[in-house]
Amino acid sequence: MAAGNVVAPAEYIQHHLQNLTFGLHPDNGWSLAQNAAEASDMGFWAIHLDTMGWSIGMGFLFIWLFRKVGNAATTGVPGMLQSIIEVTFEFVEGLTRSTFRNENPIIGPLALTLFVWILMMNTLKIIPVDYFPGVFEQIGVEHMKIVPTTDLNATFGMALGVFLMVLYYNFKIKGAGGFARELSLKPFNHWALIPFNLLLEVVALLVQPFSLAMRLFGNMFAGEVIFVLIALLPFWAIWLLDVPWAIFHILIVTLQAFIFTVLSVVYLNAAHERH
Amino acid sequence: MNINMTLIGQTIAFAIFVWFCIKYVWPPISNALHERQKKIADGLDAASRASRDLEMAQEQVEQSLRESKEQASQLLEQANNRSAQIVEDAREQARAEGERLISGARAAIDQDMQRAREELRSQVAHLSVLGAERVLEGAVDEKAHRKLLDELAAEL
Repeated sequence: MAAGNVVAPAEYIQHHLQNLTFGLHPDNGWSLAQNAAEASDMGFWAIHLDTMGWSIGMGFLFIWLFRKVGNAATTGVPGMLQSIIEVTFEFVEGLTRSTFRNENPIIGPLALTLFVWILMMNTLKIIPVDYFPGVFEQIGVEHMKIVPTTDLNATFGMALGVFLMVLYYNFKIKGAGGFARELSLKPFNHWALIPFNLLLEVVALLVQPFSLAMRLFGNMFAGEVIFVLIALLPFWAIWLLDVPWAIFHILIVTLQAFIFTVLSVVYLNAAHERH
Repeated sequence: MNINMTLIGQTIAFAIFVWFCIKYVWPPISNALHERQKKIADGLDAASRASRDLEMAQEQVEQSLRESKEQASQLLEQANNRSAQIVEDAREQARAEGERLISGARAAIDQDMQRAREELRSQVAHLSVLGAERVLEGAVDEKAHRKLLDELAAEL
């Protein structure tokens, strides 16, 4: 909230939950959305510049950091940064080894990317809610939501990626017939119950990406809303609620990254398993 | 909250990052870690081997120490024996030398005594002849009585 500007709480919250949207507006053509109504008028042909920018930034930070450490990695005594990276790496490697019971060299890197990327995006949330919007407002950018995981597009984008892989491996490992059999003959192996099985299994399969995306988005978005609400308090009272909530969120941030990663690996493991 | 192209953008970004990770991030870290694991295992192996070697070496040292101690005591005993013998020998030699000296001296004394007695005997003979001459006023022919005088001297 800009100093000296008395803004209505509802407007302030709205403002904070609005992405920087660039898209094709029916009246204005390709332009930046000035408010939520304009953004929703743009429909599907719009893109959240802040979500894309921050998430790709975090992704490159992850790649750059890990690549740098990986290339400089010595077999001798590791430095501080190398130790942190190695601990993360071994954590994810151990996780995939204990959860993923098949052979696939892609799962390790996939889990590492998911975990570290989501962790980095989530961690942006610890930065006070007004810092970046305030700075960007000074240079004329109205909206700036810096935590990509509070945008359903980002979480659902990743979940969709994982889901496509699940489908790909289901077809690749079991074949179309095997996949169809698995969908129709489980859990009740009887011809009369095939429709019932099919309904059950297809729903269970389709619910995977939603479960992944909604869980992460819900946690992050709710946390963000509460941070914004706390920021509405008088300045001397903010820290009273803000500090405990932020400390609690260190846990949430890590936990959600962990859950997303583990569930992705579990889904992919199920896709590899023949029955 | 709108679902829009960001969704597709995010999926593409995600795919690219995963591909990057598979290609460029995972292998070097994985290699480094496995190499280090191997190195540590080797190190531990070497350490246990070294400790075994050390134990063996210590045993050897103890044994050789024991042996050399034994040898030293043997040598010491030998030396003691030898020195006692040397002392004994020296004592023996000294006694022999002493005896030889004593006997030599004794022989010399005997010889001297013999010579003195001889001289005395001749002197006595002479004096006796001289005395008899005086008594008999030269009536005694020394040549004539020489045999008698010699006999007298031998009796002394």
